[in-house]
Amino acid sequence: MNQSYDYIEVKIPAKTDFIGVIRLTLSGIASRLGFSYDEIEDLKIAASEACTNAVQHAYREDDKGEVKIGFGLYEDRLEVMVSDSGKSCNFDEVRQGLGRYENGQNVEFLREGGLGLYLIDTLMDDVKIHQNEGVTVFMTKFLEGEQVEMDAKTLST
Amino acid sequence: MNITIDVQDINSRVEIQVKGEIDAYTAPKLRETLFPLSEQENISMVVDLSDVSYMDSTGLGVFVGLFKSVRSHNGEFRLVGLSERLRRLFDITGLAEIIDINSDAEGGLK
Repeated sequence: MNQSYDYIEVKIPAKTDFIGVIRLTLSGIASRLGFSYDEIEDLKIAASEACTNAVQHAYREDDKGEVKIGFGLYEDRLEVMVSDSGKSCNFDEVRQGLGRYENGQNVEFLREGGLGLYLIDTLMDDVKIHQNEGVTVFMTKFLEGEQVEMDAKTLST
Repeated sequence: MNITIDVQDINSRVEIQVKGEIDAYTAPKLRETLFPLSEQENISMVVDLSDVSYMDSTGLGVFVGLFKSVRSHNGEFRLVGLSERLRRLFDITGLAEIIDINSDAEGGLK
């Protein structure tokens, strides 16, 4: 699956102030690729969640540092990579607090955080998390229309 | 890319109109503004989200916190004016079954 792709990269200071800038950038890129309104909104949430995690977890102690966001633009999909090069946090630990709320949970014990990774998982088609120097979240969303178009082409031949 | 919070405090009923984007940058302001109000006894808190153009898990976290606080002070907490997008966020996280987001018909803010 070695396709050529365009690559766009943005670096922001590890501050929540600039997560909105990433959403704007992403909107532009995703609409250029032909994603629908709802898909773009899903992408914005997933990318923001990854940026929020990168900013909040990796730089809890000193707020110097950067978050790098890379966009891989393919004909049939968009790949978004969010990486912090700072201290790593244990994503397995974070993951354990993951998941949707279940009805019947006692109000007192409702979590107030930990939904970020769950949303990324739910809203994207494929998610990988790498942990080496820092943490990198690698997520993919396929163009739905593309799949349909390809089917249509196959049918007509 | 900012947030405006309008609070109308009438006796034990607080109506809040939020406008803008709720993310990791704006959520602290939302929490700081609304949390003290949630600690009044028997309060009825209604938050109108019809002008919220974006929200993610940080916003959900704030509302879960407010909901818990209001409930622990014997109050009532409702969210009204949710767009399809926001509604979906509450649905996929399971919060739609816990927090009241469906009472617009019974007299939301507008």
